[in-house]
Amino acid sequence: MPIFSYLAIPTSGAKEILCASLATLPHCEIIPSDNQEVVVLVTDTPDEATEDELQKSLKNLQSLQSLSLAFGYDDKKKKGR
Amino acid sequence: MKLNRRRFLKYAAASSAVATAGAIFPGASFGSWQNLSNNSGLISWQKAPCRFCGTGCGVLVGVSDGRAVAVKGDPNCSVNKGLCCMKGYHSVQMLYGKDRITKAKVRKDGEMVEVPIQEALDLIADKLQKTKDKHGKDSVAIYGSGQWTIPDGYVASKLFKGCLGTNNVEANARLCMASAVTGFMTSFGIDEPMGCYEDMDHANVFITWGNNMAEMHPVLYSRMLANRKRRTNVTIIDFATRSTRTSQAADKSILFRPQTDLAVANAICYEIIKNDWVNWNFVNEHVSFHKGKTNIGYGTEDHFAFKDKAEGISFEDFKLFLEDYTPEKVEKISGVSAKDIKYMAALYGDPSLKVTSFWCMGMNQHTRGTWINNLVYNIHLLVGKISTPGNSPFSLTGQPSACGTVREVGTLTHKLPHGVVMNEHHREMAAEIWDVPVANIDPKPTYHTVEMFRALDRGDIKFIWIQVTNPMVTMPNLKRYRDGALKDDRFVVVSDVYPTPTTDVADVILPAALWVEQEGMFGNSERRTQHFAEIVKPPGDAMSDTWQIIEVAKRLGFEKQFPWTQDDYIGKIWEEYRKFHAGPKHEMASYEVLKKRSGVQWPFVDGKETRWRFNAKHDPACTNGKDFDFYGKKDHKAWIWARPYEPAAESPDSEYNFWLNTGRVIEHWHTGSMTRRIPVLHNAVPSSYVELNPEDAAELGVVNGEMVKIISRRGEITIPAQIKGRGIPPRGMVFVPFFDESYLINEVTLDAFCPISKQPDYKKCAVRLEKA
Repeated sequence: MPIFSYLAIPTSGAKEILCASLATLPHCEIIPSDNQEVVVLVTDTPDEATEDELQKSLKNLQSLQSLSLAFGYDDKKKKGR
Repeated sequence: MKLNRRRFLKYAAASSAVATAGAIFPGASFGSWQNLSNNSGLISWQKAPCRFCGTGCGVLVGVSDGRAVAVKGDPNCSVNKGLCCMKGYHSVQMLYGKDRITKAKVRKDGEMVEVPIQEALDLIADKLQKTKDKHGKDSVAIYGSGQWTIPDGYVASKLFKGCLGTNNVEANARLCMASAVTGFMTSFGIDEPMGCYEDMDHANVFITWGNNMAEMHPVLYSRMLANRKRRTNVTIIDFATRSTRTSQAADKSILFRPQTDLAVANAICYEIIKNDWVNWNFVNEHVSFHKGKTNIGYGTEDHFAFKDKAEGISFEDFKLFLEDYTPEKVEKISGVSAKDIKYMAALYGDPSLKVTSFWCMGMNQHTRGTWINNLVYNIHLLVGKISTPGNSPFSLTGQPSACGTVREVGTLTHKLPHGVVMNEHHREMAAEIWDVPVANIDPKPTYHTVEMFRALDRGDIKFIWIQVTNPMVTMPNLKRYRDGALKDDRFVVVSDVYPTPTTDVADVILPAALWVEQEGMFGNSERRTQHFAEIVKPPGDAMSDTWQIIEVAKRLGFEKQFPWTQDDYIGKIWEEYRKFHAGPKHEMASYEVLKKRSGVQWPFVDGKETRWRFNAKHDPACTNGKDFDFYGKKDHKAWIWARPYEPAAESPDSEYNFWLNTGRVIEHWHTGSMTRRIPVLHNAVPSSYVELNPEDAAELGVVNGEMVKIISRRGEITIPAQIKGRGIPPRGMVFVPFFDESYLINEVTLDAFCPISKQPDYKKCAVRLEKA
């Protein structure tokens, strides 16, 4: 059950499109900056398979230039599995 | 706060990312963080104006499990753009003091006894009616404050002026900004500043007139400092009677002797004319010259009456009047060097510089408060530096709704929500909107605040209802008014949130909802109306002051005038109230608009806020076809007044040889009844003190913390000394903050007031000191 947060940087001028795209993805919550071209993305997925699916979806977003990981937590890794 | 582990992790994830973004993108703001928090169920955030000073900072109040747990600045509010001061950040803690009043109490056989609130309201209505029947309509009174919400003040005015027929409605704003009102009315014929806080982003010169903004309006002062840092051509001048944190951060500190600001302002005008820095196009087109009465008294006697009389004069007459105020002559009166006077005049006079003047209590709590307001306007008018971005004479207020409730709703004896009781058309408008016979509204004002408490002492007033204020700490010459309130046949009702010296004199105490425990609106210093929702429930039986008044009104038989239910009364009251201000000079935003935005400035016309009034480019009320229209006056001009220097009501002499000055500190707000319940603020400054000049302290043989007795002709207190603290008075002056009810400095102060505004002077009286 991983939880991650990222700084999502949109391609030039595409912040609104990126926000709209991220908002439609399951397990995602966003906090757009009011005054900068950056969006905070928090993901909370129930299992590894769902997480993998989400990662694929993120990679396919045309409006997303880059994702920088800010925080990561995974129950499974904590238990040493 | 209940947190499950997963919510905590998610919140930590968001916090990390926001913090990281802040490091990479300096100044990045995430105002919509509240949305995530709502979704996660951790903390929900709702907007409100800060509860404390008149700046009107927007805050976001964080709520978890029905309890307010956090505050952050609202980045969507243009006032503070996400910043708060220390009081704002800790404000929610004031809701949860251990001794919060949650039940009504009634005095029975000398003891205060808890009763159901409905029983207390029955008693209030019964006592009010019987007092009115026996002693006449003007034997009952209500006294509120600039902390009343707009609906609080509106229903108070409607009940007392419209229904009960008495003009015994006053508010503590009389003690803090009445001179600002009369200054506006006499110079412009209409109240409230022409500019806005955006002026700070344009001005090159800031002059603070007796105004310790660093402590009293810290967010605005920060904005001023930020402008100085960001732009190279910004200068800050602190013009004051003692050195403060504002002086320390200013580019130049100029000290003047108390009361002599009048002379210095005139000397600045003299210099402007002498050097031909007058903006003749502006003056010829938009200014007329006047003089009023002189030697106007100080109001220290009961039933004092004064009415000014304006007389038109020419520019040459005005120039001749100023001959008494050459910088060299004024240097001798004020202690300000002629060089410094000329320096300030040159700043105002330089056409390439935009100048904003700020003031607050230093100019308003002044026995010539109206005059000094006039004189600073004179300076700006002579050089035409007014009503344009960066050029602004700006009167700040000290309470969150001194403007919104007291000045705009008109909770003063002579006022109505639109206009004054003396005006037949204004009475007719009020009667129609209030649905009362016009004859109900008395055309004669009764008592201003000092005289209201004198009337209570004399017995002319027998019943007084005090809401949201603490006059048994704040009234000058306090002993007289406390003794008066305690007399046998007086009936005192107090609505408040904590026990205070005022609840000590009460016959009935009503538990009041505080700040975001109720829905309401405030109006700040820059004509901004700010709505807040009920974000948390009030404790126990506490209810809003508005609803307390409505409950009593219904008991007195005024159901028709107060038909609202608790579900919708605020919105309904607002829409009724805003009818009074319809039109381009004062149009207010609708209830629905106010709910959505972090404050809306009036005049709000066709969906657009007005930043600079009287300027035809910005103000839709301008109709004269010129670049400026001072439409408050019938001649459509701003008035320059010849007002002389006159001394204070009481000055130091051989027996009482020190000036006493009183005021505030950044950690505490007003009488401290809220901020002293906030541990972090209380612990920062746990008690009041007397600031002494180090040389005076040495002569007296007093070191820091030793007790000093302050004695005036009216009383005395003993209080710890502070030497070389945050403020340093000049020799011959002491300063005492008034936030601490353990040291009631108003036992010592004088109840002299400005004869025009009736606002007392808390900054000047004569005392002597003894080592205790």
